[in-house]
Amino acid sequence: MKEYLRGLKDGLPVGLGYFSVSIAFGVSAVQAGLSVFAAFAISLTNLTSAGQLAGLSVIAAAGGLVEMALTQLVINLRYALMSVSLSQKMDDSVRLWNRFIIAFGNTDEIFAIASGQSSSVTAPYFYGLMTLPILCWSGGTLIGAAAGKILPEMVLSALGVAIYGMFVAVIIPTAKKSLAIALVALGAAALSCCFTWIPGLNNVSGGFAIIICAVVAAAAGAFFAPAEDTV
Amino acid sequence: MSGMTLFLYIFVMAGVTYLVRMLPLVIFKKKIENRFIRSFLYYIPYAVLAAMTFPAILDSTSSTLSAAAGLLIAFITAYFELGLLPVALLSCLSVFICEIILTNLGIFL
Repeated sequence: MKEYLRGLKDGLPVGLGYFSVSIAFGVSAVQAGLSVFAAFAISLTNLTSAGQLAGLSVIAAAGGLVEMALTQLVINLRYALMSVSLSQKMDDSVRLWNRFIIAFGNTDEIFAIASGQSSSVTAPYFYGLMTLPILCWSGGTLIGAAAGKILPEMVLSALGVAIYGMFVAVIIPTAKKSLAIALVALGAAALSCCFTWIPGLNNVSGGFAIIICAVVAAAAGAFFAPAEDTV
Repeated sequence: MSGMTLFLYIFVMAGVTYLVRMLPLVIFKKKIENRFIRSFLYYIPYAVLAAMTFPAILDSTSSTLSAAAGLLIAFITAYFELGLLPVALLSCLSVFICEIILTNLGIFL
């Protein structure tokens, strides 16, 4: 119970960040022609920002189910890397069936917080960590879908930066302490800019580009600066 | 769109997303000993987040200028380790203030 509460507390900032971002998703979903309930159902079952946004565009374009599956696979493949990483962080007390539940909550930010723990991660801690983000993500979507249209354009614009602000807040404090991490992050960001701005390279789909950038930067880091006691 | 079609879309979305997260977590139960792979997995979260943030953050608001202001404030507040939520909120606030200033100067909109 103590572990669960500790996780709950650590999950609060993520939940609040998700809340603001998911309002924006709810607004987009309704604009794409979905019902309030469908928008809510997507957020409750997917729990991911980039994948859901891409899914919306497939639905709006009346794309096929195979296209939908491939889009989700490419954009969300980074979670596979995170899950491998997270599997190394699990406490010995974590059972197989715990892992089936933990997997559902492995988002970028939850993963980042779990990875940042100095000790191994227990199942109750992780359950606590994922509780508020799930509630806020689906709740925010519901509110955005139902009432988003009444929010002024400037408020929506400001909310758009929230999720990235949160990412910066995960990277910078660690990068301050480790030059290797700072260089890996810088390299990944530089590559990602290349994939966005250089003609030809920018034809690579967003999700796929992120995987390439991250794998190349992390592999370079592991090659040039293998860390001793990591993960 | 029929309810069934919509259900299938959501089912495929959620199913693929869950499998991608679940399979590696269930398959890799032992500690990986290889030093290169351990280092790689240690760097991965930061590389993924950095690649997702840049340059996408610059397109996340109505104007690149206001997004740059949000980014700058996020950097400064994160450097002083204000925590995830304060950094995100202050970043939003600076975007908001920046857009008010830009609008009043007639630069924006």
